[in-house]
Amino acid sequence: MKQFGYARAESVEQALNTLTSTSSARYLGGGTNLIDLMKLGVLSPDLLVDVRALPLDQITEQPDGSVRIGAAVTNSDLAVDPLIRQRFPAVSQAVLAGASGQLRNVATVGGNLMQQTRCSYFMDVSKPCNRRAPGTGCPARTGEHHNHAILGASEHCIATSPSDLAVPLAAFDAQLVLHGSDGESTVPISEFYRLPGDQPDQLTTVADGTLVVGVLLPASDLAGRSRYRKVRERASYAFAIGSVAAAISVTDGVIGDARLAWGAVAAVPWRARLAERALIGQPASTASFRAAAQAELAHAEPLTGNSYKVELLSNLTVEVLTELVEASA
Amino acid sequence: MTSTLSSLETLSPLETLSRPAATTRTVGTWLSRVDAIAKVTGQARYAGEFPLDDLAFGWLVTATVARGSIASIDHASAYAQYGVLAVIDHTNAERLTDPGDATLLQLQDDQVRHWGQVVAMVIAETSEQARSGAEALVVRYQQQEHDVLLAVDHPRIFKPDKVNPAYPAEVSYGDIDEAFAAAAVQLDQWYRTPAEHNNPMEPHACTARWDGQHLTVFDSNQGAYSVRTSLAKLFSLPSDAVRVLSDYVGGGFGSKGTARVPAVLATMASRALDRPVRVSLTRQQMYYLTGYRTPTIQQVRLAADEHGQLQALDHLAYSQTSQILEFAEQTAVMSRMMYASRTLRSSHRLVALDVPTPRWMRAPGEAPGAFALESAMDELAELAGIDPIELRIINEPQVEPGTGRGYSSRNLVGCLRQGALLFGWSERDRRPGVRRDGRWLIGTGVAAGTYPANNAPTTCTIQADPDGTFEVRITASDIGTGARTALGQVAADALQVPIDRLRLRLGDSDFGQAMIAGGSMGTASWSWAIVKAARELRQQLSEHGLGEDGLSVTADTRADVAAATDLVRHSYGAQFAEVRVDEATGEVRIARLVGVFTAGQIVNPIMARSQFIGGMTMGISMALHEESIMDVQFGDYVNHDLAGYHIAAHADVPAIEVSWLAEDDDQTNPSGIKGIGEVGIVGTAAAIANAVWHATGRRQRELPIRPDRVLRNGR
Repeated sequence: MKQFGYARAESVEQALNTLTSTSSARYLGGGTNLIDLMKLGVLSPDLLVDVRALPLDQITEQPDGSVRIGAAVTNSDLAVDPLIRQRFPAVSQAVLAGASGQLRNVATVGGNLMQQTRCSYFMDVSKPCNRRAPGTGCPARTGEHHNHAILGASEHCIATSPSDLAVPLAAFDAQLVLHGSDGESTVPISEFYRLPGDQPDQLTTVADGTLVVGVLLPASDLAGRSRYRKVRERASYAFAIGSVAAAISVTDGVIGDARLAWGAVAAVPWRARLAERALIGQPASTASFRAAAQAELAHAEPLTGNSYKVELLSNLTVEVLTELVEASA
Repeated sequence: MTSTLSSLETLSPLETLSRPAATTRTVGTWLSRVDAIAKVTGQARYAGEFPLDDLAFGWLVTATVARGSIASIDHASAYAQYGVLAVIDHTNAERLTDPGDATLLQLQDDQVRHWGQVVAMVIAETSEQARSGAEALVVRYQQQEHDVLLAVDHPRIFKPDKVNPAYPAEVSYGDIDEAFAAAAVQLDQWYRTPAEHNNPMEPHACTARWDGQHLTVFDSNQGAYSVRTSLAKLFSLPSDAVRVLSDYVGGGFGSKGTARVPAVLATMASRALDRPVRVSLTRQQMYYLTGYRTPTIQQVRLAADEHGQLQALDHLAYSQTSQILEFAEQTAVMSRMMYASRTLRSSHRLVALDVPTPRWMRAPGEAPGAFALESAMDELAELAGIDPIELRIINEPQVEPGTGRGYSSRNLVGCLRQGALLFGWSERDRRPGVRRDGRWLIGTGVAAGTYPANNAPTTCTIQADPDGTFEVRITASDIGTGARTALGQVAADALQVPIDRLRLRLGDSDFGQAMIAGGSMGTASWSWAIVKAARELRQQLSEHGLGEDGLSVTADTRADVAAATDLVRHSYGAQFAEVRVDEATGEVRIARLVGVFTAGQIVNPIMARSQFIGGMTMGISMALHEESIMDVQFGDYVNHDLAGYHIAAHADVPAIEVSWLAEDDDQTNPSGIKGIGEVGIVGTAAAIANAVWHATGRRQRELPIRPDRVLRNGR
C-alpha cells in the first residue's frame, strides 16, 4: 500500500516547517481535488500537512477598505458572507456556480486557488501528459479538447484552469497573501499563475512549500456592481466551458471604466485587458461590447474541437456587459 | 377496451400515506417500498458487502493498449507489494468453457482486443493491498494498430444475420425507392447518437466462496439464474453445484443483464486460492467491462402524400460491436411496427472494432432508434405543414404494417391526445423561433415511444405454512425498481390474503429459472408464474387442505408462454417537452416534461410513477448530457468517470408530469401487466430535440445537444 503521513498544523510556521521537512509533501485544504488525484495516482505525496485548523478562516475589512479572505474560509462561507455579497457580488456568484453544495462546504479558498486542471489526460496515469509527466507529450491537442484553452496555450499543454473563484479575483486585481520561508508577502493574481509555456507542470510562479494564507481584494466601487456568468454543459455541478466576470461604469452613455476576466479559456484566469482598453471611452452599446471581445479574441488560437469558445466568449461578454448596463440604468 | 385517465398529480405525499391499507385487492394501489427502511438504514446487503471469514480481494489490471498481445507480465513486481497472495493471468489461469458469451472468457490467451480488457488479477489480503499490487504489476505489450471509429464508409461494414435479441437484420415490403421518389413530401436525413455508459449507482461486484465442490457467489446482477447457468458452464460444474445470491442490487440499466467479469474472476480466484475472494469494479473499469450503448449513425427517409399519409419509411442504422462478441443493437426495429406506411424498409449495418463489447442499456434499440425516427417525423410534419400529433394519428396502423399481425392492445393515439390536453398543445404556435423570454428562446416538442411487452418462462414456488403465512420463492431481481413490493402485491391478490401474511424471497438461483430484470419483461413474467403457482396452491388447498407440514406448489410458465398467440405486444408513450435555449451561449434547459403512457395493468402507482420519471430523466440526460468520448489515438473512452461523463443533475430536471391511461390487455399475460422499465426513456430525447428546433428554428440531429453544437448549428 502507498503509505503517507498526515500532520495537522497548529500554526503557519509549523505548517511550513513540517512541509519542507520532506520532499513531496502537500498542504491539505478541503481535499476535494487533492484526494481525488491521490486516488487516481496522479499525485503521491508522502506527507499531507492539514492547514484547515489554521486561524485563517476569517473575512475581514482592512483599514484601507480592502477585504482580506483567509485561505481556510470554506467556499460556502465565502459565498454567503455579507461583505463579499455587497462589495464583490461576482465573487459570491462565481463560488456558488462551482461544484455542489457538499463540496463547497468543505472546499477552501486556498485549495480552490491551488486546484489542478481537470483535463482528462492529466487525470489518467495511463495516458501521456506534459503537465503530469513532463516530456511525455500532450494528447489533448490531437485528441479530446472541446473544453481546452484557446488563449495562452503552448504546444506542450492546452489545459484550462478549473476555478470559478479565480476569475472574478483576476478581474478585481486580487492579491494573494503568501507565507514562505521569508515570511509573509503578497503577489498580484496576474503574476501568481503561470501560462504553460515549456513547463506546464509548474502551476504557479512561487516557490514550492509556499502557503497561500489569504486573498486581498482591494476596495473597488466598480466591483460592487459586478457579475459572474458561467456556461456549462449541465445546469449544475460541472466545470465552465466559458465564464465571464465583469463590471462596468457608464456615464452619459459612455464607458468610463471596465473590468473583465474570462474563465475556461486558458491555464490561468484570463484578465481581458485588451478588451477593457477597447471599452473605455466607447459608447455603452452592443457594438462596443462585441468589438472589445473581438480585440481580446483576435489572439485566440482555437483548435478544431474548441473553436466554438471564440463565439461563446464573445457572445457571453456582450450579454453580461449588456445586463450590467441595463441593471444600472 | 376502455381508457380513463389515472393521473397521480392531484395526490400529495401526505394523502398517499394516509390512504387506508388495502385488505382486498392491492394491485393498482399505493404501497410504499417494503424494503425502504432496510435500504436507508444500511441493513440491505449488496454483493460487495458480505463479510466472510478469510476473505481475500482481487484487483483487476486492465490493458493500456487497444489491440495487440501481452509480451510479458512480471509477477514479481506485484509480489513485492505487501499482502499480495497471487497473480493470475493468461499463463496460469484456469481454462474456461465458453458459455455462449465470449466476453466471459477471461485471462484465456495473450491477445488484447480492446483498451481496458483484463490482463491480470492481483489477489491480496485487503482491497488496498490488491490495488497496490495491481498498480505495481509490470505488463509489456506488443502493440498493434487499432481501429476504433464507427463510420458508415468503414471497409468492414456488414449486414448482421440478426439484431438483438433475435430480430432479422432487415425487413422490407413494397418498392420503397419508387414510393419515395413519387411522394409529394420527402425527407432524407442522418442522425447520430453517441456511445453511452449505463453507470448504475452500485458498481459491479462479486464475492465467491467454495465449500468443497459447491460454489456460492454473492453477485450484483439482473438475473441470478442466468449467472448461475453461465458460471456452471464456464467452470464445467453441475448447475446444482452453483448458487448465486443477489438479494439487493443497486441498479443495472442492462449492464448487469447477464454475468459480468467480476463473477468469473472472483470464482476463478476463489478456486485457485481455496478461500473466499471478492472482486469489485471501479467506476472507471465499468467503462471497459460492463457493456454500454453503441454509438449509432442512422439514416431515415420518410415520404408522405399531400394528406400526410406515409408512402415510404426507410430506417437504416449503423452501429459497432467488438472483436470478442457480435452484439447488434436493434436500432431500426421500432420502425417496423410504429406507423402505417405503404412501403417500408428497416435495416442494420455493423462493424467489429477494437472496442469494448456494447450491450444493453435502457431501451436498447428503441432509445436511439426513436431519437432518429421521431425527430424525422417532426421534420416531416414541418415539411408537410401538418401538426406533428396529427401526422402520427394519420399514420396510426390497425395491424402491424407488412405482417398484418394484430396488436394485443395499442393506444398510442390516446397517449398523444391525453398528453396534448395536459401539456396545452392546442395553443401551440407552430412557427419556430418566435417565442422569447429575456435571453431564452422557448419551444415545445412532442415524440412518441414504444417498447415490447413480452414474457419469458419463469418458475415460482409458493409454500403455505401451518401458521397461515405464505412464502413466495422466485429468482426475480429487485434492482431498485420496487419489484419486491410489486410482486408482493401480485402474490397477495393471487392468494387472496393480506400482504403482511407473505414472505417474498428473491434473488436466489436455487429458486429456479426466471426471467431477468430486463427487457421490460421482469414484472410481467414473474407475475405470470406467481399467479399460476397461487392458483394451483389454492386449488390444492381447497382439495386437500393444508396438513401439518404445510403445502408447497411450484409452477412453470414455459408452456403458457410458448402457447401465446402471434400478436404485437407493446407499451406506448407520448412525450412532450418545453425547452429554453440561449442561442448566444448554446445552453438548453428543460422547462417541463409531460409523459402519458399505456402499459397494461399498473401494479403500484408510486413505483410506476418513479419508473416513468426515471426513464424520462435519463431521457433528458440522453438528450443533453450523456456521451462517452472516444479518443482514437488510444482507443479509450477518455471521460470514463462521473466527473467527465455527465448525467443530468437535479438542477437539470424540471417538474415532470407523468400519467397513464388504464389499459386492459388480456392477450399479454393473466395479470395484464406490461413492463415499464424502458418505455419511459423512449422518445424523450426526440421530444427535446424537436422542442429545440421549435425554439430556434434549427434542427439538432446529433446527441447530446451540447452548447457547442447549438452554437455551431446556429450559424
